[in-house]
Amino acid sequence: MTLNMGPQHPSTHGVLRVILKLDGETVIDLDCDIGYLHRGMEKIAENRMYAMIAPYWDRLDYIAAVSNGLVWVETVEQMMGLDVPRRAHYLRTILTELNRIASHLLWLGTHALDIGAVTVLLWAFREREEILKIFERQFGARLTCHAWRIGGMPNDAYDDFEADVRRFIGNISGRLGEYETVLSENRIWLSRTVGIGVISGEEAIAIGLSGPSLRGSGVAWDVRKSRPYAAYADMDFDVPLGENGDTYDRYLVRMEEMRQSRRIIQQAIDNLPDGPVNAKVPKLIKPPVGDYYHSIEGPKGEIGCYLVSDGTQQPWRVRVRPPCFINLQALKRLSIGHLVADVVAIIGTLDIVLGEIDR
Amino acid sequence: MATIALLAPLNFVDSLLLKFFSEQTVNYVIWPFIQVGAVVTITALWVAYATYLERKISAFIQARLGPMRVGPWGLLQPIADGLKLLVKEDFIPENADRWVFFVAPYIAVVAAFIVMAVVPFGPDWAVITDVNIGVLFVLAVSSVGVLATILAGWSSNSKYALLGALRSSAQMVSYEVSMGLAIIGALMFARTLSLSGIVAAQASDSIWFLLYQPIGFVIFLISGIAENNRAPFDLPEAESELVAGFHTEYSGFRWSLFFMAEYAAMVVVTAVATTLYLGGWYFPFVYRLTEANGYHNAYVVVSLIVFLTKAGLLLYLYFWLRWTLPRFRYDQLMDLGWKWMLPAALVNIVVSAIAVFVLQALDGWHGIHTIESLSQGLNLTAAGKGIAIAIGVANLFLTAAILSMINWRSRDFNLKKQRSKIRLVDLPKGKPAVAPVNPADVVSEARP
Repeated sequence: MTLNMGPQHPSTHGVLRVILKLDGETVIDLDCDIGYLHRGMEKIAENRMYAMIAPYWDRLDYIAAVSNGLVWVETVEQMMGLDVPRRAHYLRTILTELNRIASHLLWLGTHALDIGAVTVLLWAFREREEILKIFERQFGARLTCHAWRIGGMPNDAYDDFEADVRRFIGNISGRLGEYETVLSENRIWLSRTVGIGVISGEEAIAIGLSGPSLRGSGVAWDVRKSRPYAAYADMDFDVPLGENGDTYDRYLVRMEEMRQSRRIIQQAIDNLPDGPVNAKVPKLIKPPVGDYYHSIEGPKGEIGCYLVSDGTQQPWRVRVRPPCFINLQALKRLSIGHLVADVVAIIGTLDIVLGEIDR
Repeated sequence: MATIALLAPLNFVDSLLLKFFSEQTVNYVIWPFIQVGAVVTITALWVAYATYLERKISAFIQARLGPMRVGPWGLLQPIADGLKLLVKEDFIPENADRWVFFVAPYIAVVAAFIVMAVVPFGPDWAVITDVNIGVLFVLAVSSVGVLATILAGWSSNSKYALLGALRSSAQMVSYEVSMGLAIIGALMFARTLSLSGIVAAQASDSIWFLLYQPIGFVIFLISGIAENNRAPFDLPEAESELVAGFHTEYSGFRWSLFFMAEYAAMVVVTAVATTLYLGGWYFPFVYRLTEANGYHNAYVVVSLIVFLTKAGLLLYLYFWLRWTLPRFRYDQLMDLGWKWMLPAALVNIVVSAIAVFVLQALDGWHGIHTIESLSQGLNLTAAGKGIAIAIGVANLFLTAAILSMINWRSRDFNLKKQRSKIRLVDLPKGKPAVAPVNPADVVSEARP
């Protein structure tokens, strides 16, 4: 039987269409149909000036707009060799880590919802709301923040920024513990996640997985460590690694990543330097002729940006390395042989956002 | 007492009716109609407000407020919802099997509501009819509900609906087996199939069968939740997998009939569980305080309240579980039904039979007096109750041991050992990417 799952389906996390070939309820073949949200971002970028492209990047992975924006501005900054002040780097670190927690909370809620634990979604949204409030006060927007400018920040942190962030990181550990009491030891949760969608480290690398999905399989790779950007070189944090590479491992890795994000924010807010938040940026942003690739560790994986400049005010070509798009390629490999219910769990565990897959 | 003042009109109506009709007409036609009307109305309201309570309880579990806009604390929300669904377009998909699609929701509702006819809400006039095969009637009628689900899924002509219907038929059939078997233990102590008789047996013993039958109660409740397709067993309508399961194609009032049927079926299971294991409308001292003093109607009303409270608490358990637990997978559900519930129910029957046998054999042995009389159920003495409860508790351990023996090889048994621990690694830091890069390093080749 062929079952058409999506694009209007409650748990494909957007407009993903999955064509399932079923034998009873067992999946024997699977095909993804994407592109329902295609807006031609990379092509649009070729006809915009450098500073104008940043808001488009927010609409890639709209759950993690702050991280997406960062990869764009850092690529341009590094190509131009701009000297971004330390304070801006620290604020970027804090805000992208907050964004990572927000993104992971959304993942946790929807993943749990797909497996049937509805309550976790509402709890996760409660905490995410706190982060979005900080974003709203800092950037003036909650979801698509347009957080950065080339060379620094649009403005310095607002007055209560430090207090708000400290209050949030004070709450989050206990709240994460609450979620873990509902899920981690729950027999039904275990039986739905342990041994589901197992992928070995080698296969994960071969497919090109990145982010928590890769680390769940036990591969030690984190761009924050291997090529520190923003202020991560000054931060002290651990990378959680899974063992079996199943859905449960990826769940644990993301939960632990939220704790580590909290640790990073704590350090950054304690050592937040004073000073300006903007570099001296020329009036006309014209990176030198050449090409450059820069990547950061987004919440869902390695977000990369490959920029080819011909020395004018507009890029000649921009290419995004989309973590969700590449992670989604593992869906077929992970799902075959499992039941329909597991496909839903696996889509959840890969943590995809269709805005970025379709671009 | 205020209740007596409230119930005075009841006797007045009775005498008024007797002036116009013969006594037989009044007793066998008019009053039953009034009873049926009252029960259907009350059940329908109960169902409506069960949805309200579910929304409120789920809201409190989820740190929200729930419906607050329609009426004070949103109290009129269920009525507003009902009206909204009533005036919606009655839509039947083009390729659906029209008549079956049309009939299925009614079967669901009728099957769920008709069970109310035999449920003893209270003594005397609070029960519509006392059938001497009440338990069989309940099982037979409530399993007709499966038919509605299958018909709805099949006639919708949609794959999601079909999958949902297939799941639910398999689920309901397999859990009905263990549900029926779980009841047998309680019946051995009650020595009757009449639901009123079962309550009377518990009342005359002054005990709840829950104490004799802890395993039976747990199996009954779990199977009941599974049979109602409620979370964590709500696979047929698993919204994250099958959109809405068997009623994906339904909308408007026909959909709301399914919704009502689901809640009515829940009410039925809680009512039957209350009757079988929680003593029904029986509560200590109620009889002595009211009926013994001549306040008959007060006795009925207080018993009715007792019954509704007990059933309501069980209903709360339903909501609580639903909003706390994730959902089982289809095959895990079948595992639970056939490998855990069914053996446990069979063990329960054997142990209950042994318990009854022991009680009868011990009666009079070495002066131990266990059974007073066999008039209504097993009329046990204090010693007899102690032995029965002890066997019930021992049964908990026995069942646990037997289930572990059966299932110790299965995947789900040692799930906690299979899961892994994550390890935290402090990776060495690479060359920072943030330091201003000399543009000369960056440029690899000139592009046009």
